[in-house]
Amino acid sequence: MLEIKGLKVQLEDEDKQILKGVDLKVEAGKVHAIMGPNGSGKSTLSYVLSGKDGYEVTEGSATLSGEDLLELEAEERAALGLFLAFQYPVEIPGVGNMTFLRTAVNSQRKARGEEELSAKDFLQEIRAKAKTLKIDADMLKRPVNVGFSGGEKKRNEILQMAMLEPKMCILDETDSGLDVDAMKLVSEGVNALRDEGRGFLVITHYQRLLDHIKPDVVHIMADGRIIKTGGPELALEVEKNGYADILAEMA
Amino acid sequence: MAVTAKKMDATAARLEGMNLPAGGKWATEAREDALARLREMGLPDRRDEYWKYTRPDTLTQADAPEALVFDAQETPLFDGFDRLKVVFVDGVFDAAQSDDLACEGLSIERLADVAQKDIHWVRDLYGALEINGQTPVHRPLAALNSAFATDGVVIHVTGKVSKPVNLIYRHNSNSSDAILHHVIKLDAGAELTVLENGPAAARFNKSMEVDVADGASFHHVRAQGRDHERRAVTHIFGRLGTESVFKSFTLTVNGRLTRNEAILELTGDDAVAHVAGACLGDGDFHHDDTVFVTHDAVNCESRQVYKKVLRNGATGVFQGKILVQPGAQKTDGYQISQSLLLDEDSQFLAKPELEIYADDVACSHGSTSGAIDEDALFYLRARGVPKDIATDLMVLSFVAEAVDEIENEDLRDEILARLEGWLERRRD
Ligand SMILES: Nc1ncnc2c1ncn2[C@@H]1O[C@H](COP(=O)(O)OP(=O)(O)OP(=O)(O)O)[C@@H](O)[C@H]1O
Ligand SMILES: [Mg+2]
Repeated sequence: MLEIKGLKVQLEDEDKQILKGVDLKVEAGKVHAIMGPNGSGKSTLSYVLSGKDGYEVTEGSATLSGEDLLELEAEERAALGLFLAFQYPVEIPGVGNMTFLRTAVNSQRKARGEEELSAKDFLQEIRAKAKTLKIDADMLKRPVNVGFSGGEKKRNEILQMAMLEPKMCILDETDSGLDVDAMKLVSEGVNALRDEGRGFLVITHYQRLLDHIKPDVVHIMADGRIIKTGGPELALEVEKNGYADILAEMA
Repeated sequence: MAVTAKKMDATAARLEGMNLPAGGKWATEAREDALARLREMGLPDRRDEYWKYTRPDTLTQADAPEALVFDAQETPLFDGFDRLKVVFVDGVFDAAQSDDLACEGLSIERLADVAQKDIHWVRDLYGALEINGQTPVHRPLAALNSAFATDGVVIHVTGKVSKPVNLIYRHNSNSSDAILHHVIKLDAGAELTVLENGPAAARFNKSMEVDVADGASFHHVRAQGRDHERRAVTHIFGRLGTESVFKSFTLTVNGRLTRNEAILELTGDDAVAHVAGACLGDGDFHHDDTVFVTHDAVNCESRQVYKKVLRNGATGVFQGKILVQPGAQKTDGYQISQSLLLDEDSQFLAKPELEIYADDVACSHGSTSGAIDEDALFYLRARGVPKDIATDLMVLSFVAEAVDEIENEDLRDEILARLEGWLERRRD
């Protein structure tokens, strides 16, 4: 599904390398987790994959279902089925949540040559999905993320994911800022989307989330590289001992 | 304000050979007075502080610079609305295209007709609000208008008028130069909505004097036509009585040069005055909103909300003032002017001012100028919204505060649809 090979990335404005050769392959139907110290490049990887400006890929490749992601505009990657749940969802004053999501859903459908969703069908679907995530109708009417609490923003990300039904979902610290109940809700939302045809890349600092969303593979990222890959037990080890042992082992 | 000899000479030279329109007694007097005012203050030039950001020369020169007539190829604005249509073509009243000038709750006449009479009620108002508006800042082009306007409408509103009066300004000749002057008098408790649309002429000088008596309300929505090369200077003078309401919104897209002045005086307690504008400029576009709101009564509210979206070297200007006179306690004044610059070639020049002589007031003002929020843009695109549509969404959200000043929902939707259409046509 998602295949990243020898990806090296530096900032466009500064002579600073952030990703120093990332290799990663997420198969359809699998959940991969990435853990790693602050500043190791996890968010950068997610941004580069989704097409944010400001980064320069100097080496390597990234493909989704065999298509070269790096050649595409951000919106084209989304239409191809890539989704990023942001670590810091952006507030957009003046743009209604509903208008935004409907525009997004229909833009993607249009790009894929599918029929657009009618206003009625869209409304029905979003109401049902919002309900399972305990997002009330009032929040849907408000401008995108404006005045949402930290946890509400994260739930809103998962609602968008549920509506867009992407093939490859990258979740960047979706657990941060969530209370215990919200964590359960969000995890259930994610698990409901688990499917043979869909891959997940879950970036997190904590085992807690992985208790709910059980990963197949766990990677450790440090200083712009994946330095270790293993099963779910790797996350437990990090939880217990931190990164010191793993970093020492690799040095 | 001492007028330099040079300015006097230039004004005299410009006015030489210009004849006041012929008319009856009151009109001749009013026009001669206006001409005298104009001679005394002189035509604006580049050295005037009030014209620092906008060059007046093409507005004052003898001949109107040419402006190609633009075929908009779309249904005219307000087409589906039940309204009383009054059509001017290049500043000349067109009876064939207009409705009968009759409607319950108001009397409406042409200035050209009433100016022939020796006596008419409008005598007490014509130029009167303009004169008030000449202090503390001179507005010579409004005096020029009062002196030389040949036509316009004179409306006396006695009740609640069920349908809006729609002043439609068609542009048919590349070199037309039009001067129109409207006077609107609302009796106590009366209500009227005035709609204005169309480019009017290659060069258009228009004044509207609106006297809103106690408890009356006046709503105004206008869209200045899309002709790219047109030039316009417009003045709205409003005088508000006790518990009266005055709300005006202007949409401007295109036009080489537009200067819209709004001069409002809140003279009765508990009055409410809102003026708002949204403009979208692309390329050779200069748009100036100059607003002067004077609070001269207790517990009044005023709002100025201006939003400008500028690209490809377009220029936006805002000069806005709230003046709170001694004794105008409990004034609630708000002023915001913002621009969204879609590229580095565009510019926004703003001069927001507060002048307050009362102690128990709440006035706020703010002015900002900024580019599109790149993080928000990426967020939208990462969800699959193409860049151009994402940009348009953000532009619409930017102007929303101004458009929301239109109270009537149908009119608001009509204006929004125009905005969306304009944006859509500009997509790559
Ligand atoms: N636009 C930028 N300008 C300057 N430095 C940047 C920029 N983007 C990323 N960096 C730097 O690159 C490094 C990696 O950042 P990144 O956000 O990818 O880390 P992370 O692994 O997601 O960290 P965290 O766990 O704290 O979220 C950091 O040192 C960060 O400061
Ligand atoms: Mg991060």
